[in-house]
Amino acid sequence: MLQQLGQLPMGWLLTALLLFVVSAGFSIGRIRAERYSLSSSGKFHSRPNYHGYYVAMWGLAPALILALAYLLLAEPLARDLLTRELPAAFHRLPKAELVSYLDAVSAVSAHGAYDGSDRVFTAVTHRYLELSGSLKITTLAMILLSAVLGVMFARSHVSPDFRARQRVESGAELFLFLCAAIAIATTVGIVASLFYESIRFFSQVPVTDFLFGTRWNAQTNAEFGAVPLFFGTFMIALIAMFVAAPVGLFAAIYLSEYASGKTRAYVKPLLEVLAGIPTVVYGFFALLVVAPGVRSIALWINATLIDVGLANGPVFAAQPTSALAAGLVMGIMVIPFVSSLSDDVINAVPQTLRDAAFAMGATKSETIKQVILPAALPGIVASLLLAVSRAIGETMIVVMAAGQRARISFDPSTDLTTITVQIVALLTGETEFDSPKTLSAFALGLVLFLVTLCFNLIALRVVQRYREKYE
Amino acid sequence: MSKMPDSSLITPKALKHLKKRRAADARFRLYGIAAIVFALSALALLVIAIGTRAYSATTQYVYQTEVLLQADLVAPEGETSEAEITRNIEGFYTLVRDKLFTEFPEATQSQATRQELSELVNRLAVLPLAERVAANPTLIGKSIKVRVPLSDDLDLYFKGSSPKDVTVRVGSAGKVQTDAEGSINLTGTPGLSKVVSTRSLLEEGQTTGSVLLAGGDAVARVEALTADAARLTLLTGELEDLTQTPLIAHIIPLPEAERPISDQQIAWAIALKKAGNARRVLHTSLLTHTDSTYPELAGTLAAIVGSLLTMMVTACVAIPMGIFAAVYLEEFAPRNRLTNLIEVNINNLAAVPSIVFGLLGASLLLGTFGLPRSAPIVGGLVLALLILPVVIIASRASLRSVPPSIRSGALAVGASRMQAVFHHVLPLAAPGMFTGAILGMARALGETAPLLLIGMVAFVAEVPNSATDEATALPVLIYSWASNAERAWEPMTAAAIVILLSLLVIMNVVVVFLRRRFERRW
Repeated sequence: MLQQLGQLPMGWLLTALLLFVVSAGFSIGRIRAERYSLSSSGKFHSRPNYHGYYVAMWGLAPALILALAYLLLAEPLARDLLTRELPAAFHRLPKAELVSYLDAVSAVSAHGAYDGSDRVFTAVTHRYLELSGSLKITTLAMILLSAVLGVMFARSHVSPDFRARQRVESGAELFLFLCAAIAIATTVGIVASLFYESIRFFSQVPVTDFLFGTRWNAQTNAEFGAVPLFFGTFMIALIAMFVAAPVGLFAAIYLSEYASGKTRAYVKPLLEVLAGIPTVVYGFFALLVVAPGVRSIALWINATLIDVGLANGPVFAAQPTSALAAGLVMGIMVIPFVSSLSDDVINAVPQTLRDAAFAMGATKSETIKQVILPAALPGIVASLLLAVSRAIGETMIVVMAAGQRARISFDPSTDLTTITVQIVALLTGETEFDSPKTLSAFALGLVLFLVTLCFNLIALRVVQRYREKYE
Repeated sequence: MSKMPDSSLITPKALKHLKKRRAADARFRLYGIAAIVFALSALALLVIAIGTRAYSATTQYVYQTEVLLQADLVAPEGETSEAEITRNIEGFYTLVRDKLFTEFPEATQSQATRQELSELVNRLAVLPLAERVAANPTLIGKSIKVRVPLSDDLDLYFKGSSPKDVTVRVGSAGKVQTDAEGSINLTGTPGLSKVVSTRSLLEEGQTTGSVLLAGGDAVARVEALTADAARLTLLTGELEDLTQTPLIAHIIPLPEAERPISDQQIAWAIALKKAGNARRVLHTSLLTHTDSTYPELAGTLAAIVGSLLTMMVTACVAIPMGIFAAVYLEEFAPRNRLTNLIEVNINNLAAVPSIVFGLLGASLLLGTFGLPRSAPIVGGLVLALLILPVVIIASRASLRSVPPSIRSGALAVGASRMQAVFHHVLPLAAPGMFTGAILGMARALGETAPLLLIGMVAFVAEVPNSATDEATALPVLIYSWASNAERAWEPMTAAAIVILLSLLVIMNVVVVFLRRRFERRW
């Protein structure tokens, strides 16, 4: 019996139940209000619909909370209960193996009771189905009960001078506030999970080794000196900014000061297309076109230098994937981040400043260089900071085109690795949540988050100040 | 400027200086144009590089033939249940392979050549045929037309990318004779001089590559070559066919040892193509197949469905929440520290690297809450958090563009604030909100990094049915195809990118349409 209950499709059942609670609550409240208004001669404060909403709200709120709690907690709870009942032999297993065993149990149970040659496994899946069945039936009963109680409680309030509309509206406002607070919850979640896992990592590897060590060898759980990763990230972001800063800035200046309205109308959206292309596409482009190009140019320079007699051996490493290739493509990707925001701030510089400069006889370029750019400088700096933050956090381009080897080298044609590349490398494939290898990815994520946070906060602050200045 | 009245300001020196300043101005303008040209040509290069490669993946070479579905091979134990027939890939493969053997009887002589010929078609390539028969068992015992994809290396060869060959028309052939040692001599063929010159040009004087001569249904390999004669080894077909015009030489500069397909296989493929049995057809399996380890059999269906499921979860969470949050912040929030904090938070979240959201998903959703790995529900939730700030910011801008007179008017006739917002402001702001939501969804559709961290990179060979099944997404598929070493994956990856980009273009066209149709200036 319980085993059959264990196979209930809870997603659909919960949805149906919640819909039923809402519609039943609404009709109960509304009908009651209408009865009153027919029988009594006095005026109702709120329209019957609001009484309906009020009752439905009271029915829905506890049911919804219970349903969410079920969705998030039922699976861990069932596994926990099951683990406790497992024979002692299981408890001696490594944690990762136990988890994958339980994964298999819940995966098999999703398709109904399992009957196979492995008798232990069969028994375990049956027990698991029983446990989740009892959890499911308890949850459904609790939801129904709480909904009935809520509806009955709210129904007793329905009366001519009950201010149902105000109640409903403050309930709705609370709901809207909760939606807005999700943003905070997300940040808290990010910070908490990164800190929690990082602290576990730093209890196994000293912070100083991580921040100042120069040898990174995480795949073998051996060395966790992240300096080469910081270096690679910095190098590639620098190359990207060498492309993006001049190109983005000049494009913004041309578009806002020189271009005709028609040119602007065509070129600006085209530039913004660059920001809309998925980064994995850029990564493929880097791997396919740019990296081989960089490699052959580096090889050609090597050969020429040897021919001329300036070098005895190859000067550039000329790897098939290189920091330069990744940096160039990343630069192309962040051009629109620089150009759009710079364009905005240049446009925000008041026309009177321009007119004054022209009246003094300045040429257009002199006006731009000596009047507009200084006035727009804070905003431009902010746009560059945001672009840097984007470049540091960019993942797919470097994963596909920058390489895996952690080292410090100033040769742009060599392959470097970055923070994001290592996070992906450490967390894809088989992951055990306790090894320092996996945990180090979270420490790297923490560094990444904090660094980009600084850049973003400064940039946002500057933009805000700047807006206030001219508005 | 030249003939000006005497004036103390316009001196030759000043004019010279002015010229300099004007030149500087022109240069500055030029830098701007150069920057835009650079950015746009990078975009053009990207589109062309991917477009040309994707174009070659729009078609595929298949082996087309007619096979008799013998019951003893297709359903050996008289089984006609769907699962049994589908599982019996070996039987179907034998059918197709035997058909190849009857076309090239010379291959049946040794085990090695049998193996070589079998490699023209992948074993798993018959799976769609098996499924077709399983769905309709009455076909058993009948003769049906089948198309199975040729191996990826032959496909590349036919499309002229790897190994590259150069064809030279030799023209009419002279005499063909077999000498005492059994080797074939072609004499009196002046057209061969063209082959000699082309070959020395291609191989730079060396003769490590191969030259195949094809005439009629026969293909032969050139062992020794002079200006008008050649010694040949017959690879397939009848000897007499070689005297048929036009005789065509295929020069393959890459040595046989360095390429994945042998001369013999190329010869068979050429013969198949000549007979019309190897043809180029539209590559529909790209959209109807799921992922595979063999490029000629792989398709994007499972990834597209996975992406759609993920997007559904994202849309259900991010769009309502984003819109409600925007309504609160724009219409109800009191100016206090808490709402200020929320605002800073949202602006900051919009700039947090996407991979950090992946870490959040891996640690919180997979670790703490124990949600299934590789499932669209987890991917969808992570992406929803990722695009929430985008939706909120766009929705707020849209709400702000509704003039205050609308609110005042509603309030003036006795509406509550909630009624004013939900009955009057929100309908007017809706088009703007939806464009923001679609742009956010477009961003989520192209996002890869967070999905890698929650395990959506796993190889998925089945179309997911629900949001809790194991699945992958289109950008992740692109990533995993791009990391495969074989050359044949390159056009496949480009084609998958084109599919992804077309979905994004469609979403953006909808946005432009909504803007044009509904946006009003107050």
